Amino acid sequence: MQLLTVDALTVRFGGISALSDVGFTMDDREILSIIGPNGAGKTTLFNCISGVYQPTRGEILFQGESLLGLSPDRIAVKGIGRTFQNIRLFNNMTVLDNLMLGRHIRFRRNPLQAYLRIRTEELRHREKVEEVIGFLDLQAYRKMRVMDCPYGVQKRVELGRAIVMEPKLLLLDEPVAGLTAEEKNRVAYLVTEIRGRFGLSILLIEHDLRIVSRLADRMVVLNFGQKLTEGTPAEVQKNPEVIRAYVGEEA
Amino acid sequence: MVTFFQYLISGLSAGSLYALVALGIVLIYRSTRILNFAHGDKATVGTFVAFTLLSRDLPFYLALPISLVFGALLAMFFYFAIIVPAQRRDATILGQITITVGLSMVLQGALLFFWGTESQIMPFPLSDTRVWTVGPFYFNQLSIGTFLVGITGSILLYFLIQKTRLGLAMKATSENLAAAQTLGIPTRTVLATSWGLAALFGVLAGMFLAPALILDPFFMLEPFLKGFSGAILGGLNSLVGAVVGGLIIGIVENLSGGYISLEFKNTVPFLIIILVLLVRPEGLFGKEFKERI
Ligand SMILES: Nc1ncnc2c1ncn2[C@@H]1O[C@H](COP(=O)(O)OP(=O)(O)OP(=O)(O)O)[C@@H](O)[C@H]1O
Ligand SMILES: [Mg+2]
Repeated sequence: MQLLTVDALTVRFGGISALSDVGFTMDDREILSIIGPNGAGKTTLFNCISGVYQPTRGEILFQGESLLGLSPDRIAVKGIGRTFQNIRLFNNMTVLDNLMLGRHIRFRRNPLQAYLRIRTEELRHREKVEEVIGFLDLQAYRKMRVMDCPYGVQKRVELGRAIVMEPKLLLLDEPVAGLTAEEKNRVAYLVTEIRGRFGLSILLIEHDLRIVSRLADRMVVLNFGQKLTEGTPAEVQKNPEVIRAYVGEEA
Repeated sequence: MVTFFQYLISGLSAGSLYALVALGIVLIYRSTRILNFAHGDKATVGTFVAFTLLSRDLPFYLALPISLVFGALLAMFFYFAIIVPAQRRDATILGQITITVGLSMVLQGALLFFWGTESQIMPFPLSDTRVWTVGPFYFNQLSIGTFLVGITGSILLYFLIQKTRLGLAMKATSENLAAAQTLGIPTRTVLATSWGLAALFGVLAGMFLAPALILDPFFMLEPFLKGFSGAILGGLNSLVGAVVGGLIIGIVENLSGGYISLEFKNTVPFLIIILVLLVRPEGLFGKEFKERI
């Protein structure tokens, strides 16, 4: 069974079609990248998968079940975590609290049981959070308010908050945008590490063709809301339409 | 000096109830940016429910929780039946505030219909004529009980917000709704809980205010305005601010009533608020949530 199937997905905002008839599938443990110029509909696709938008038409199946009509919090519980293009963190809380909130759905449902086991529970969650803090090299910022952290650190905190949810599918919306060249390389490396270490699948939006070719198993190219092509990075880069779309963007 | 302390004691007692009212206003404002103008009327409805139950000789320890839960359920119903649909249709914050003004009218109408305009006397286990003297000071039973209830309520709420998972979810929801949702926090349920809790605190305040005032459908109007002022004084999004603001209003009102003139009892607190807000528009403890774009 496919992990994720998107079929004939169409989203209209008034007159404009942000997505028209987009379809693709994704395997378990795959890193699939969505690329395309500004306004291609990449973020809109993410918003449909995570339940922020309801598509006009089409279907989204996650592990064989439809996600349509579910609220974002129900979809999170099903095992989909995400980051945002413009960071969305709890700015007045510490880095540690932000990450602990990522564990919300992993706490025991039964309140009485949760209360009785509060110590072992807390410890278990703290362990996971500390592991991710170490993995993302955030030790120095644990007790700092997010608001006071540099941009690059905030990006990593948001990534960490999604990882500690232990999702099956992670949606990353431009995780290296706005970072310095050095930070970009570091995060690019982390993305491949995440799959190996936490065993999840990653759907990745990225503008930078060079970076994404290094990371992705396959790519789906969007342009003006339509799927231009899909394939391995080598195949996609040779596609004349892709070249045109990208050259067209730079011109 | 003795009279000063006497005024202070009455002030703290009244102020602790204003603090409860203010907490309810701040709870809603923090999480939704809505100023809930129906807050006082929901409290009045809950208090009248308590009045009816107590008049039928139901024991206080039953009437109290029933009325609190009734108020909470009423507020949650209001949230799901009116606010949520309004938000689905993209109502602005101002539009939603106007809805609460409308609801306030509706509740007042319902109160007049079910309980009439006559003033009532609330049967109550605590009395302000039962007095203890300690040295030169005297304490009446009602105001001591009131103070204890106000402070205990505030402390319980503090622990709920600071120490429980629900509290953390409430904070997360009020700070960044979209982010909270993607973490799997059921924000609708969390917000409904905030509306319920706010009303519960309002009813609690109403029940302890009623025996000192005359119970009629409009009896919460003044306490509501004072709680509201306390909330603004403290800084609308700070729970600690709400408690401190409420206490200050209570104390100032009693001191000015005592030392200046009874006619000024209601005026001076509001003058002070205007002064404070001119100097510190965000209130004593307030800080606007800054969103970095
Ligand atoms: N909520 C909305 N209301 C109206 N139009 C929208 C909305 N969200 C997206 N759009 C429009 O849909 C189109 C696709 O936007 P989207 O944000 O998905 O692009 P994108 O591929 O993520 O672009 P970028 O690379 O700039 O992030 C754009 O024309 C955008 O203006
Ligand atoms: Mg985008």
